[in-house]
Amino acid sequence: MIFAIVRTALTALRRDRGALALSFILPIAFFTIFAVIFGGRRDTTPRISVIVVDEDHSRASQQLVKGLSDESLSVKTRPAPKRGVAQPEYTAATAEAAVKAGDAPVAVIIPQGFGEHPIAFGGGQRSTIQLLKDRSDMVAPQMIIGLLQKVAMTAMPEAMAAQGTQYMDQYAGGLTPEQRKRIEGSLEELRKQQSSGNDRAETRRSSETGMPVAIAARDVVGENKNNPMVSFYAAAIGVMFLLFTASGASGSLLDEAESGTLDRVLSSRVTMGTLLAGKLCYCCLLAFSQLVLMFVWAWLVFKLDFIPHLAGFAVMGLSTAFAVAAFGMLLASMCRTRGQLGPLSTLVILIMSSVGGSMFPRFLMPEAMQKAGLLTINAWAIDGFTKVFWRDEPISHLWQQVLVLLLIGIALFAIARRLARRWEYS
Amino acid sequence: MTSAPVVTAPGSLLPLRIEALVKRFGELIAVNGVTLELNSGECLGLLGPNGAGKSTLIRSIVGRVIPDTGKVLVFGAAADSANARAALGWVPQDLALYPRLTCRENLEAFGQYHGLQRAELKTAVAWCLEWAGLADRAKDTVASFSGGMKRRLNMAAGLIHHPKVILMDEPTVGVDPQSRNRIFEMIEKLREQGISMIYTTHYMEEAERLCDRIAIIDHGRVIALGTKDELVHNAFASRSEVIARFGNSGERVVAWVKQRGGAFDDGTARFTIEHVTEIAALLEAAAAAGHELVDVSLRKPNLESVFLHWTGRELRD
Repeated sequence: MIFAIVRTALTALRRDRGALALSFILPIAFFTIFAVIFGGRRDTTPRISVIVVDEDHSRASQQLVKGLSDESLSVKTRPAPKRGVAQPEYTAATAEAAVKAGDAPVAVIIPQGFGEHPIAFGGGQRSTIQLLKDRSDMVAPQMIIGLLQKVAMTAMPEAMAAQGTQYMDQYAGGLTPEQRKRIEGSLEELRKQQSSGNDRAETRRSSETGMPVAIAARDVVGENKNNPMVSFYAAAIGVMFLLFTASGASGSLLDEAESGTLDRVLSSRVTMGTLLAGKLCYCCLLAFSQLVLMFVWAWLVFKLDFIPHLAGFAVMGLSTAFAVAAFGMLLASMCRTRGQLGPLSTLVILIMSSVGGSMFPRFLMPEAMQKAGLLTINAWAIDGFTKVFWRDEPISHLWQQVLVLLLIGIALFAIARRLARRWEYS
Repeated sequence: MTSAPVVTAPGSLLPLRIEALVKRFGELIAVNGVTLELNSGECLGLLGPNGAGKSTLIRSIVGRVIPDTGKVLVFGAAADSANARAALGWVPQDLALYPRLTCRENLEAFGQYHGLQRAELKTAVAWCLEWAGLADRAKDTVASFSGGMKRRLNMAAGLIHHPKVILMDEPTVGVDPQSRNRIFEMIEKLREQGISMIYTTHYMEEAERLCDRIAIIDHGRVIALGTKDELVHNAFASRSEVIARFGNSGERVVAWVKQRGGAFDDGTARFTIEHVTEIAALLEAAAAAGHELVDVSLRKPNLESVFLHWTGRELRD
């Protein structure tokens, strides 16, 4: 008896492609995505971008920059070439602008005079490195601060030795002229060795205690924000549910096809093109309303700066709603029944949302995954909303996101229109 | 009550003309060379069993099926033209309604799809509600309606734009006898107003009651066409039918029935006779052959008999 029940259920499952996909494909797809992001292969581990501005150009500052470059960081001292023309090195101002624009989460400014007092222990005189950071990235700045300390200890041995000698001279009763002469000789030798590159293994093994470099960190993005991640998640979660809403709403097309209502509508003056356009407008309106609700809620409950960003929100909201609505129309036109639409939309939307940054920020993902995310509506929408709400960028800076979302929407709708021809006549 | 507009054919153009229509679905020939004409103010019945091709024919007329060959002209215009769409009112076999909308909202939606606006739409909705007897349920959602009410609304939605030709595709499917009578009354009101109509059904009684002429359809072909009397006369002339049931239905009985020129189907033998007196001879012959008769009746042939005569099958097979 139990065997018969099991066999019946298995037979039904075998013939339900949607249930099969949800049962076996979705978990494997999700596992793969998460494994690549968090556990993944070492060669795809993200390299944190950091902008370094050397205002000092001293030996110590150059050693520091070189030390940072030797770490697993992507150190940028100048912007990428534009149309093959090399760009000038970053200044403190352009570096700050670049962090604000999201080109890198952190900028390190090595001030003029750094070489004179690069390090100090116990609060002695030293130059302070400026660290400009994007508050939305809670990982990169902490990592850079730690690496700066490490590099100071390992990449500037003569500075360390000179500082140690100075402390000894100051607190151990003074050095005799002979001692001072010998120490100076040793420091000179150390400088020569480091110049010839023979010292690296040795210096890397030196002790890493203390905090020799003074760092002043400052938020240049999100410094006035009440809650750093609210705007991100309002967009990220909002877009994911928009996709679900749009696919559900466009599923009314399948309901109408199944009930015969679609036939009746198409026998009137309404053409398939008009009908799809009407459905698209409806899904668009629904999606935009949902976004409005989401952001108003974030404004009322989580103090999101909604009102000052209304124009940017409207531009991004309408672009996103259009792309999402077209996506829903495509899914509906691909399916034969509502029963097919449910599992297919769940599968596609969850994968898009995980890769596109709706579940966790894309900057935490490996580079390859970040690039893959650009194939999703989620990524472009979230990037746009982040520009509006986090980086306070003007509307004109949204052109790339808006253009991509509009093109995605147009392309998906065109495919949906083509697929919908099967409903037009038989 | 405002009446639906009475429409006459402009000039000499027929409301509907179907010429040598053929529609194939793969190997299946759903409509096989059908030629029909609908006269102004006429109700033409399409009578045939399920799968005979009636709905495909209707869908071809309304432009939802593209025929392989042949053509459909509505007042001279091609079936998929805007003029034809405006002139045709289609009541599909499916309950093609929005279940979450109210009765009135459904009618308004379909009216707008046909281009009705404001006062014209309001008048049309009021007429439809009245005609369908749903004025008191106008604000109720369709999902809460009984099967019969949904059917009536389904019909009303097909007439919302005051079409000149109405195509009713089995409008009484799945309704109880009381609701069916209500639907008949609605159709008869339309007929009184001289509306041209095609009415498909597989119920002989409906065709007899509602239709001026009847086309009997089987396997996509029109196998007989005419008024009920013409159809019966063409098949049986002045002969009557004798229906006989035997105590057993073995091969001997079947062979005997065929030998006497009758047909045997589902335990029942059918004979045709010119005069009532022939019954006595039939009974004597059965007794002589040793066949036990348990029931014998005499009846005038009907559309069921006509269908059986031409196809050898029951209408409801």
